[in-house]
Amino acid sequence: MRRYAEATARSLCLGLLTLVDMVLAIVTVLMIVLSFGIGVVFLFPPSVRVLRWRTGLARRLSGRWLGREIGPSYLPPPPPVRPQPDGWYRHDRQLYKTPRWPEWNNRWKWMFGDPATWRDLFWLVLSPLTGAVLLLPAVTVGYGVIVVGQWHPAALLLGPAAVAAVAAAPRLLHFYGWWNELLLGPTAKSLLARRIHTLNQARMETAGSQAAELRRIERDLHDGAQARLVAIGMTLGAVEALVDTDPTAARALLAKAREASSTALTELRGLVRGIHPPVLAERGLGDAVRALALDSPLEVKVTVDLKTRPESPVESAAYFSISELLTNAARHGGADRVWIDISSQGKTLRVTVTDDGSGGADPARGSGLRGIERRLAAFDGVLAISSPPGGPTTVTIDLPHALVWEENFDTTAQMPKWKWAIVVLGYGIGWLPLFPQGIVTAVMKIIDQEEKSWFYILYLPEPVQWPMIIFNIALGLVLYSAAVLLPIQHSRNRWMAGMNPVCLKLDR
Amino acid sequence: MSARVVIAEDLHLLREGLVHLLRAHGFDVVAAVESGPELLKALTGERPDVAVVDVRLPPTFTDEGLQAALAARRVIPGLPVLVLSQHVEQLYARELLADGSGAIGYLLKDRVFNAEQFVDAVRRVAAGGTAMDPEVIAKLLASTARHEPLAALTPREREVLELMAEGRSNAAISQRLFLSESAVGKHTAGIFAKLDLAPSDDDNRRVLAVLAYLNAARS
Repeated sequence: MRRYAEATARSLCLGLLTLVDMVLAIVTVLMIVLSFGIGVVFLFPPSVRVLRWRTGLARRLSGRWLGREIGPSYLPPPPPVRPQPDGWYRHDRQLYKTPRWPEWNNRWKWMFGDPATWRDLFWLVLSPLTGAVLLLPAVTVGYGVIVVGQWHPAALLLGPAAVAAVAAAPRLLHFYGWWNELLLGPTAKSLLARRIHTLNQARMETAGSQAAELRRIERDLHDGAQARLVAIGMTLGAVEALVDTDPTAARALLAKAREASSTALTELRGLVRGIHPPVLAERGLGDAVRALALDSPLEVKVTVDLKTRPESPVESAAYFSISELLTNAARHGGADRVWIDISSQGKTLRVTVTDDGSGGADPARGSGLRGIERRLAAFDGVLAISSPPGGPTTVTIDLPHALVWEENFDTTAQMPKWKWAIVVLGYGIGWLPLFPQGIVTAVMKIIDQEEKSWFYILYLPEPVQWPMIIFNIALGLVLYSAAVLLPIQHSRNRWMAGMNPVCLKLDR
Repeated sequence: MSARVVIAEDLHLLREGLVHLLRAHGFDVVAAVESGPELLKALTGERPDVAVVDVRLPPTFTDEGLQAALAARRVIPGLPVLVLSQHVEQLYARELLADGSGAIGYLLKDRVFNAEQFVDAVRRVAAGGTAMDPEVIAKLLASTARHEPLAALTPREREVLELMAEGRSNAAISQRLFLSESAVGKHTAGIFAKLDLAPSDDDNRRVLAVLAYLNAARS
């Protein structure tokens, strides 16, 4: 009962909102017509902005009232305009002093070229129509109440109509949600465009941080181990010269060379640890983090629940992120105890780091957190921080699709038995109605063969013979196509589960 | 009778170097192998007096050597093993010490440079003692530095504790710190009193008690 009342109320609200849309649609269409009709292009961006505000509202309401989350469908906005080396801003073949015009142009093109703009407009123009449908239940009920008030005999007819309209209200809302998703939801193209956009950004950042890392390693090697090896070589040269004349001095120099080699090794060890920690290579993420916890001055509790080892690059990213978080907790958070939890959520690798420090960590300010985000971006990883002033700080890292081998059994499952039965049945007896009792019978009939043999249709009365032949051929075809299509459909579902469309849908 | 040694090291040069070094110091090298499975076979087959094992060995180049050594010690409890590695980890030190039977060494490969000390460590492990790398002990002490009784130690006592944890006897510690043996004895007694450990004359038991104490303070 409540469900229907709620649905009716909601459809009434949404319907009333579309009355506003009528005005909005007229204004927007007028502005757009003006902007192209008489060239007042300045009107275009504000009208699109109004349009997007309205459809944004519709998307939010769809999520809240209709239970249908609809993501934005727009292409990613154009990147900010960068000045040329000479300080001018270029747009096509024009140069500008300020970035204002190139940016305006880019935005204009972005809005105009995006199919989502025109789909939005289409939705808005049709909005009063859908609104009329949405208003049906409330109007019928209202009208019925008025008519009953006047003791009109038509009330007898309107009563059932009102009940039917209210009963249909949830269906109507469902339809409205579907309609919204159809026009306002992201298309495969816009999803791909967004995905490419984020991938591009992630690639740039990864390439950048990798180059910086390599430069750091080069510098460390150059100033550290390499320099020490040169020194050792020189010392050994001196030893060679001295060994006959002054053995005592030679021995002292040898001791020095040994010391230098020891230092070089220590430095190399530190460097290796920074590139790829040996424990990580030897034992995987769990033990590497345990080793990290042991070396930390804080009291660290580590719980690991992983059935499989993630890919090595993902492991490394997770390890360095945890390492950085641990350092942060000790340095900035003033924490004494830290809890690290590593677990798998389906294919997602989830790491939670909680400390009892003073909180107040801000990703916008901390360059360390920014660095972690950059590191994770390459693997679509996300970092979520909850750090109220006074603590505790909880950082959650999600790395989706990190655990490639943790297959979902539903997707690799065998076909159910009943489907197998249909396949066997299809291949087993499909030939019977199709060939002897279908096509062959048809040929017999066409050439007017006297012999009836076992073609049972020929024994039937004349008028039903042709329909039966067609029915038999159709039945055979259906049986065969079921046998062929069921396995294909099944493996397709299995494939699709691991493939892109689902990833895209899951994408933020 | 000289001590029988099994060596496991995948780098040919280093393996030959170790064989020469230990032979020169009177050890009997009965096997020098280069992979994890071979090592396990040699350890359980030869039952050597001491094994010198590299952590990273073929075929997987992960912690093959460590695993083989631990597996062998499960079959032959207390089998003396000296583990060598390019890097030292408290985690591995803990795993090696976990069974509490001692006769364990865990050193950085660099320590081979100092032949005298290295051979001394091998002898100590062969005799059922302990040889922990100073770096492991330093890390262990660094991460337990804030714990109450440890923070109360005098700097001298800390030095003695460090050397003791590495597995050295009172005599060796006195040599290292240029103290008399009785002074070292006094310091050790002080340390044991402060940490509330039962004093023991047996060097090995003493070391294990200290390491267990430090590890416990850790977690």
